[in-house]
Amino acid sequence: MEAIVTQHLHRRFRKTVAVRDLSFRIEQGEVFGLIGPDGAGKTTTLRMLAGVLNPTSGRAAVLGVDVTKDPEALRQKIGYMPQHFSLYGDLSVLENLTFFAEIYRVPSRERKERIARLLHFAQLRAFADRPAGKLSGGMKKKLGLACALIHAPQLLLLDEPTNGVDPVSRREFWDILAELHLQGVTILITTPYMDEAERCNRVGLMFRGEIIQQGEPEALRRLAPGEMLVLYTTDLAQAEQVLPDFPDYLEHQVYGDRLHIFTPDAQAAKPRLEAFLKTRGIPMQSLYQDEPRLEEAFIHLIRHARLA
Amino acid sequence: MNAVVARALTKKFGDFTAVDHISFKVRPGEIFGFLGPNGSGKTTTIRMLLGLIRPTEGEAQVLGFDIAREPQAIASRIGYMSQKFSLYPDLTVDENLTFYGRAYGLRGRRLARRKEVVLEIIGLSQRRDRITANLAGGWQQRLALGAAILHQPELLFLDEPTAGVDPVSRRDFWRLLYELAARNTTIFVTTHYMDEAEQCHRLAFIHQGQIIAMGPPGQIKRERMQGDVVEILCDRPQIAIQALRQAGIPEVALYGRRIHAAGPGLEERLSALESLLRQAGAGPQTLRIIPPSLEDVFIANVKNSIQ
Repeated sequence: MEAIVTQHLHRRFRKTVAVRDLSFRIEQGEVFGLIGPDGAGKTTTLRMLAGVLNPTSGRAAVLGVDVTKDPEALRQKIGYMPQHFSLYGDLSVLENLTFFAEIYRVPSRERKERIARLLHFAQLRAFADRPAGKLSGGMKKKLGLACALIHAPQLLLLDEPTNGVDPVSRREFWDILAELHLQGVTILITTPYMDEAERCNRVGLMFRGEIIQQGEPEALRRLAPGEMLVLYTTDLAQAEQVLPDFPDYLEHQVYGDRLHIFTPDAQAAKPRLEAFLKTRGIPMQSLYQDEPRLEEAFIHLIRHARLA
Repeated sequence: MNAVVARALTKKFGDFTAVDHISFKVRPGEIFGFLGPNGSGKTTTIRMLLGLIRPTEGEAQVLGFDIAREPQAIASRIGYMSQKFSLYPDLTVDENLTFYGRAYGLRGRRLARRKEVVLEIIGLSQRRDRITANLAGGWQQRLALGAAILHQPELLFLDEPTAGVDPVSRRDFWRLLYELAARNTTIFVTTHYMDEAEQCHRLAFIHQGQIIAMGPPGQIKRERMQGDVVEILCDRPQIAIQALRQAGIPEVALYGRRIHAAGPGLEERLSALESLLRQAGAGPQTLRIIPPSLEDVFIANVKNSIQ
């Protein structure tokens, strides 16, 4: 069964279309990642699904509830963590959790046990009495997640929950999400980190209000244009200029001091490219084949979408 | 001459040691990355090198000047862009650059010329009359970088310059950094992002105030991973994860439907792991050794330094 179904979901802010005719489905129990540049419509989509923003047109059902008809019923079933999740800085970790338990009307007999479980789960037990304002960035995010989980929702909407969080805390946060996933919770998460997309079951690439591609990370990686050669050169600018003249050239992308060059057959192209660069006087530190990552595929897809 | 030389640089705040005897060199024209968790000492190190706070112990030279004795000489030769870059939102792009240019002592024709050059570099020539607040996040960040390079500094300190910027803009920003490095600007950058860390010429992992690994990213990945990463695809990941944790595998993480298990000597134990998972009832499975990511190496080094 689907946890989320949208049909022609559309949202305009005056003349700007933030989300355009969006139809997609998320299965129950999936971890679905929405990724895309700023302003692609990720946050607007999440806000509509959380029932805090009405669509201009179209429909969305979350856990079978129509988001515009019964936002209150929706709120009881889902956990929503917006980008700037407001914790009470002067309240302790424990008091914040109690406060959210109050808002979500968690029965008082269940409260104590549930809070204890979440403190343990979010690795915050040792910090129960610390004011939320004095937690590190990573711990604040974990507390935010714990608060969003206080009413044991079946579905989580997380808007860039790991943005600006250090690598160690980020991995801990994802380990918690993996735990929830294994318990059957559906998770829709937005992230600016390409490597996090790899931790999702499915990923949707959002651009200009539309999901332009979606699928399992492995499948999306295959959308990169052909095979990839990595070139290290000290003359990046010159290399970029002459590359399009190379007969087997499809596309290139710059990553710091290296170029990722796409070609139909990397093994066959490699010696030919070496010779080509030599005749053009381009210095070459190294040239080798590598597997394209999600990032290469996404940059390729977004470039195409921009030209369209 | 090295752009930065630090010897046993240390900063204590009361009982807390924020930076603990770190030594490193940054070569001219290189992009040197500082990668570490929150509170690991990245910003404190930058603030010492900028001459804003004095080290408790140790010493450092920036562009040949001693940070404790000659902070003024350093200030005019370096550029600095902080986590929260401070642009004036109600001024235009051009006005912000004028403001920062004057702050650095640029006047008249020289200021006008430098503004043209910088606008060209950061790609904002067409948007010079736009109100800063109306620019997209990625453009604001480029403008902040422009403000930091107006006075042609030889060395640029960037403290998490791309936090909260989307992947496409981040790539454009790094492309810009490479152009600057190619023109011989040395860049010292702190970051949370692994993909950015991989783009540095050299990298230092910093944790609890200490440098726990340093070198070119490729070399760190080859030399500093104590152990192997195994990717496991199986029918019942939940059971598999439990079994792996019970068997004492240090790192077990779920990636979509795949499990990544990391630890020393896993390659030799591959068939043992296979039968362990079979006995636990994780169902049919495929296991293979995969190359560690920089993040895998980082996490493994952090955990080692804690023990």
